[in-house]
Amino acid sequence: MTDFLDPLPWLIVLPLAWGTLAFVLGPGRGGRLAVAAIALQGALALQLAGQLIDSGARVYAVGGWGASLGIDLMADGLAVVMLLLTQAVALPLAVYARGYFAASPKGRELFWPLTGFLLAALNALFLSADLFNIYVTLELLGLAAVGLVAIAGGTQPVTAAMRYLLATLLGSGAWLLGVALIYGTYGSVSLAVLTPLIHSGAPLAVPLAAALMLAGLLLKTALFPFHFWLPPAHGGAPAPVSALLSALVIKATFYLALRLWLELFLPLTTVAAAQLLGALGAAAILWGSVLALMQSRLKMLVAYSTVAQVGYLFLLFPLATQVPPAAAESALAGGVMQAVAHGLAKAAMFAAAGSMIVATGRDDIGHLGGVGVRLPLTLFSFGLAGVTLMGLPPSGGFSAKWLLLGSALETGQWWWVVVMIVGGLLTAAYVFKVLRRAFLPRAAGDRVARVPRTLEFSAFALALASILLGLFGAPLLELLAVGRAA
Amino acid sequence: MSAALLYALTGAALFAIGLAGLLLQPHLLRKILAFNILGSGVFLILVGLGQRDGTIDPVPQAMVLTGIVVAIAATALALALARQLLDLTGQMRLPEDRSDAEPVDD
Repeated sequence: MTDFLDPLPWLIVLPLAWGTLAFVLGPGRGGRLAVAAIALQGALALQLAGQLIDSGARVYAVGGWGASLGIDLMADGLAVVMLLLTQAVALPLAVYARGYFAASPKGRELFWPLTGFLLAALNALFLSADLFNIYVTLELLGLAAVGLVAIAGGTQPVTAAMRYLLATLLGSGAWLLGVALIYGTYGSVSLAVLTPLIHSGAPLAVPLAAALMLAGLLLKTALFPFHFWLPPAHGGAPAPVSALLSALVIKATFYLALRLWLELFLPLTTVAAAQLLGALGAAAILWGSVLALMQSRLKMLVAYSTVAQVGYLFLLFPLATQVPPAAAESALAGGVMQAVAHGLAKAAMFAAAGSMIVATGRDDIGHLGGVGVRLPLTLFSFGLAGVTLMGLPPSGGFSAKWLLLGSALETGQWWWVVVMIVGGLLTAAYVFKVLRRAFLPRAAGDRVARVPRTLEFSAFALALASILLGLFGAPLLELLAVGRAA
Repeated sequence: MSAALLYALTGAALFAIGLAGLLLQPHLLRKILAFNILGSGVFLILVGLGQRDGTIDPVPQAMVLTGIVVAIAATALALALARQLLDLTGQMRLPEDRSDAEPVDD
């Protein structure tokens, strides 16, 4: 009976169940059910976090079968941090989406079922303990995400969805090829079995597999120069979808890259490869920020900001590779903190942008005048989220960048410090570009309508969470350390 | 040359052909077919490398079965999107990639 109440499998079953139920209920139905169910998922994730703090990392054999024949699920600190982030972002967004689709019904028909499947795929991915199960969850995630990009219909979203689908399929194809090579070499796909087997003298197939899997993940995470599919997909979808995709979906593949790098393929990692990843991250920060600054559409600006912020995540690799353990732990904490802070802030930013677009009736930064007067809370949320992205204290983004900066200085890699500072300034530039416009008086002929309260408050909750993370982030880092050897 | 290696090399060749098709062919139906060829290449490697001393290992067979189901679902979604794009634009290809710098308008 205690097994039945275990939170681990329910985190996957629950979203799958309500997603299916929402589909059966009919087009556009199921929003209230989703909000209630995601709140329950949040409680389950918290319960799991409590179990981990008390008694360490956990393994769960689905159906009692056990690995090789059955599927094992695994929860360690890193996985549970990502689970908490997923539910914490999804709950305000579900509240937001109910209000958003009431005001702007385009795309509401299939939003709830696909969101349920998306969350099930995310939770399953974070809890997977073998490479093949990860492949399946990656595909589920990709298909649900592509469906969400296309739900609004129209040439631009469908084109973006098609491009995204081809990119994500190529990414998982590369992953599966890597899995095939690993299975051919070691006869197993279980992370727990493989991790002690892989050493620096492994046969050539293993580094090749590592490179293929990592390349597939970079394509799916939209790291520069693989970012081409992201801005149209994230910028063209309805606001709740953009928020889910930018906050969570790209984090899932980043999480896998992190796991491969720090655990499975750790003996194979080289400083040169880590510096290359860092350089791509730096290029993403600069390129994404400059392009964000050049956009005239609000959602495209926020989407390019995601391209830039993904870059920060990858700075963790050079800072955590072949350096003293303390610096590596600080870099890991900073990178994960950045993932969480960006998840919350970017969800808030897309949600606020969506409210502004609903209010002004168009997606154009040039016509934001009057928003500051009519939607002060929404603009405040946008600003708070901007504070996190810039990395100003006391936000979560500040803690993240502080940890990364500390690690960079400790290991003598000053060039990453320069990149982070320039990136912060560019972020400030594009955030203020929006704020400046929004504070201008309303231009003649423009309209700024009021939006439902739920839209304003859910975006504000997300933005506030991204700030509070900086003040109360310590328990999260404590949780992150559960199950890590060092 | 062992049978396992032969399977693996054929699979790698199929993967390369599929990859080239996916990247180079502008026609969407060809891209979707290329993805399927790429997938078949991976399945062949998985099954080919999965046999030990001539005895067949059932685990990769099960993985390939799962992979085929996933590939069918992905192909169906890709075809549905391609069909929608055909209805919307009258073309079975992705519109020219607009330069990153230019703002995208509907």
